Amino acid sequence: MRSTSSTIRTHRTAGTTRITRTAKAARVVAAVAAGALAFSLTACGGGRNSDGQDGGDTRTTTTVTLPRLDGTTLEVAAVWTGSEQTNFKKVLAEFERRTGARVTFVPAQDPIVNFLGSKIAGGRPPDVALLPQPGAIRQAVERKWAKPLGPEVREQLAKNYSQRWQDIGTVDGTPYGVYYKAANKSLIWYNARVFENAGASEPRTWKDLLTTARLIYDSGVTPFSVGGADGWTLTDWFENVYLSQAGPEKYDRLAQRRIKWTDPSVRDALTTLAQIWSRKEYLAGGPDGALQTEFPASVTQTFTGGDQPKAGMVYGGDFAQVNIAETGAEAGTDAKVFPFPAVGDTAPVVSGGDAAVILKDSRAAQALVTFLASPDAATIQAGLGGYLSPNRNVPDSAYPNEVQRRIARALIDAGDDFRFDMSDQAPQAFGGTPGKGEWKALQDFLKNPGDVAGTQARLERDAAAAHGDGS
Amino acid sequence: MKSATAAGTPPVPARSRSRKSVTGTRTVVAALFLLPALVLLGALVVYPIGYSIVRSFCNASGDRFAGLDNYRALFTDSGIRTALKNNVIWVVFAPTVATALGLIFAVLTERVRWGTAFKLVVFMPMAISMLAAGIIFRLVYDQDPDKGVANAVWVGVHDTFAPSSAFPRAHPGRNSPLVPDRGGFITSATVRVGQPVSLPLVGVAPDRMPKDAKRAVRAEPEPGKVTGTTWQDFTRGRGVGRLGEVDPSELGYAGMRIEAVKDGRVVASTKAAADGTFTLPAQADGARLRLPADNFREPYGGVDWLGPSLVTPAIIGSYVWMWAGFAMVLIAAGLAGVPRELLEAARVDGANEWQVFRRVTVPLLAPVLAVVVVTLMINVLKIFDLVYIIAPGSSQDDANVLALELYRKGFSEGRPDIASAIAVFLLLLVVPVMLFNMRRLRREVR
Repeated sequence: MRSTSSTIRTHRTAGTTRITRTAKAARVVAAVAAGALAFSLTACGGGRNSDGQDGGDTRTTTTVTLPRLDGTTLEVAAVWTGSEQTNFKKVLAEFERRTGARVTFVPAQDPIVNFLGSKIAGGRPPDVALLPQPGAIRQAVERKWAKPLGPEVREQLAKNYSQRWQDIGTVDGTPYGVYYKAANKSLIWYNARVFENAGASEPRTWKDLLTTARLIYDSGVTPFSVGGADGWTLTDWFENVYLSQAGPEKYDRLAQRRIKWTDPSVRDALTTLAQIWSRKEYLAGGPDGALQTEFPASVTQTFTGGDQPKAGMVYGGDFAQVNIAETGAEAGTDAKVFPFPAVGDTAPVVSGGDAAVILKDSRAAQALVTFLASPDAATIQAGLGGYLSPNRNVPDSAYPNEVQRRIARALIDAGDDFRFDMSDQAPQAFGGTPGKGEWKALQDFLKNPGDVAGTQARLERDAAAAHGDGS
Repeated sequence: MKSATAAGTPPVPARSRSRKSVTGTRTVVAALFLLPALVLLGALVVYPIGYSIVRSFCNASGDRFAGLDNYRALFTDSGIRTALKNNVIWVVFAPTVATALGLIFAVLTERVRWGTAFKLVVFMPMAISMLAAGIIFRLVYDQDPDKGVANAVWVGVHDTFAPSSAFPRAHPGRNSPLVPDRGGFITSATVRVGQPVSLPLVGVAPDRMPKDAKRAVRAEPEPGKVTGTTWQDFTRGRGVGRLGEVDPSELGYAGMRIEAVKDGRVVASTKAAADGTFTLPAQADGARLRLPADNFREPYGGVDWLGPSLVTPAIIGSYVWMWAGFAMVLIAAGLAGVPRELLEAARVDGANEWQVFRRVTVPLLAPVLAVVVVTLMINVLKIFDLVYIIAPGSSQDDANVLALELYRKGFSEGRPDIASAIAVFLLLLVVPVMLFNMRRLRREVR
């Protein structure tokens, strides 16, 4: 602590020589005020955390200690927009209060790797970037953009994250990424009124799901809404079925291209999917309608229309809540959620997430990532809603409602058994481009679910081309 | 004045040589005046073009010479080939249709009293951006007739001639006595006089039932008649209740048509009453009962505008909507310059209006028409925004054009090399059209 404060002083004096007199005075006052605030806030934070904690756990009550960083500036790049961005800025504001550093949020465009590429080529990379895919972290490391995490961050990582979350942020044994935000992509949302009218209950297995679908269909409502215009909703369907049916090991092997897409396990998963996709009366608007429905519309059409929505259930990650909120439906009462049913022995947990990666190594950047790896940052954003943390030390009480708590719990409880979104791990040309690769192949499969072998052949061909020589 | 001509078009050789001979300082002055323009042009136009060309011969990361690989990819990649094919369709149809419409509008507005107001309205779409137009047409072409105007009109017209039926989604439940038959359903067993028949179906939502539907009643046997009930075997909140039995709150299918079929021939038919009961005469004895397909006709969903086959014409339609006004204004300006005497002379000579239009107006307008078509062609070659916004993800591949493929390759697939090759290729495509336009302009100046 002592050494930190001395460095702050040098920072401050170094800064003041460059700025005008009035600004200097203001800066000093601000620094003092920030210091005072930081102290009081640490106290507040500690108190709040100990309230939320059921045991006398002291780990989260002693919040992470951050160095004083007055006068330093940081840039953080992420693709978030809207309320997600606003909420994240509140977390950054808390960091500014605790350290005195100034943090600027740089809005980036998807795919962020290309965005960063142009920033780096221009010689001004942001200090920290939030990368959505494990593949992107690897790319960033290979291109020598990413800087290894320091000891403080590693300490937080070990304390707060399950081994698997640490592993997917690690490249060749060196940790580079801290998963700050997670997504639970193994959820099916349903219209509670439709289920009630049909006398249906939440299914636990794929067989139950088919029975439930039949019951809903018999009651006069189309069972499923599929946002097929966005290819990723279809890849998520596939991944959930595949992970549960073929198991995590096969899933990893398929993701790493150690087995081909022509493998019998892929055939089984597609055949299983076809049990729903081939029944055009089960899909809102039929396959053609589904293929023109974007994900947001697929959610909203499930929760509008009173007793007669366009569909009873919709696949969607936790982020579907944003779209549900737009319809005026209340998550937890009008819109309920159940985990993706088990096709094989266990229910799948497919997840995604954004990892904080340091691009410009500095004490301030390390401090920011340390903060993001701590439960403190996650707890703030969890309270603001629409956010899941993979941090296992974020108390349940941090989440604003029961639905969020349930989703978060499912994610944390999966421990090391969750798997990262497969299409996110694939090269962009295969797993993330509209009208190409896996997206297009599954869209065509939705249109023509009888052609399992053809779809497999096509997936294999496109995957080979995208992985290919990698030039 | 001198510098202006110099900056505008390259000076005619003969004249510039004579200038230089007068005094040597002129070149320096001229160069000085040209410098800002040259620097800007060089930095913003020449350098990017040059760099793109260089980049198109390198590999993806830009550190190795790749020869003609990227250009080979241009003609082997199936995505780029579709894009190329679509670009040809665009270049052929969009400018011609827009110009033809513009010509018609221009000629007609000359003759109506509110011509200017009409022109203003047709020109209006030019005032909005391509992006906004794209969003508008995305909605216009929406599949759902409640949202998309195009389908609303189409479905409206269709339904006036072929109305949909009352029970589009009705279907047999579990262990049903009914089996599918010719789009409807038929009993698997034959019916007998005096034994009431049950024809339970499910799948009609309670608030979609006909207004006059009443609670279903179990039919009583009648001597010499075949009786039965057809009803919605589904109780709200309780599933089917007692399977195949009439439960208290279940509704009859009022107005359902029922046919008795013997050896493939319809021997009797009737309609169900409000409580779902029906009675057939004695001829129906030993027949199978069919609920024919017209009971279950699905409501017409309209045209799949943005599906793979129609997406490009649909987007061209939106382009024409925007640019017909532009063509009209240019052609109207050309029309104003057409000497009236020629038209009058033709009329005096006994030509009818069509002949005047065909033999006098159009030939006189030919230079203007050519300029409009060529301008639109250049514009269409680089079309991007409309396609990017209107085509949904699932048919973006089918609507693909070169500029969109360039964007996709360069910015979402991380292949700046192929993207550069596409850019160079596009430039080559535009060059002849551009040369033609420049030559034409120069001729007109003279």
